[in-house]
Amino acid sequence: MTQKASLRTPRARVGFLGSAKSGTHHAWMMRLTAFALLPLTIAFVLVVLSLVGRDFQSARILLGSPLAGILLLLFVGVGAYHMTLGMQVIIEDYVHSERTKHLALMANICFGLLIGAALVYSVLRLSFT
Amino acid sequence: MADPSPIPLEQRRPLSPHLEIYKWSPTMAASIAHRATGVALYFGTLLLVYYLVAAADDVHSFNFASAIFGSFLGQLVLFGYTFVLLLHVMGGLRHAIWDAGKGFDPEARDKLAIGSFAAAAILTVLLWIVSFILR
Repeated sequence: MTQKASLRTPRARVGFLGSAKSGTHHAWMMRLTAFALLPLTIAFVLVVLSLVGRDFQSARILLGSPLAGILLLLFVGVGAYHMTLGMQVIIEDYVHSERTKHLALMANICFGLLIGAALVYSVLRLSFT
Repeated sequence: MADPSPIPLEQRRPLSPHLEIYKWSPTMAASIAHRATGVALYFGTLLLVYYLVAAADDVHSFNFASAIFGSFLGQLVLFGYTFVLLLHVMGGLRHAIWDAGKGFDPEARDKLAIGSFAAAAILTVLLWIVSFILR
């Protein structure tokens, strides 16, 4: 046999099933983003507390400051990725019909991107106007 | 309930019992709460989107959003959001401890589960006391 013996069946190969050499990527990203979100969530809570009682002008000054802007960008970017990864697991756990599952997985990524884009856009606009 | 399977009981493959069979335990409640709070935060992010887009828009949008979040119902939702966020953070910490291979004995894992609910509740109340002092 010239080809290297594989335990994977041809059916699995054409169905893109089995090892994609990325087995731990999801779990690793979940933990990495979770750890990053710990200080970022504390920063987010502090920003929200600082917003209490502010009117439009002073809220804009706070949200447009470099420190709040950078922390919010990191929080919403990492947060959107983390929540998309988390919802992916939930879909894979509960949705068993192939068609519905793939539609749900696509919708999940679109939702994560939409949320991420809207939040990043808002923070950047607050910083640069 | 009528038995739907034509195969005699003793010849069937074993099945894992369904969720409702198990007696409730603190770790089970914490696990379900972690997933439920994750889903709630997933959709709750829309509240943050609304607030930040309104702040980035103009003074009218901002004042309208502020009025909504400042109303009784708005404050109630934000209070719930605070607890849900903190409970999910505590769940993350619990998982980090378990990932490190610690806290698995029966006493420790129950303490971690109950402790995460307690810590989230206490921190939520403390944060809201601070927010009332600030306004």
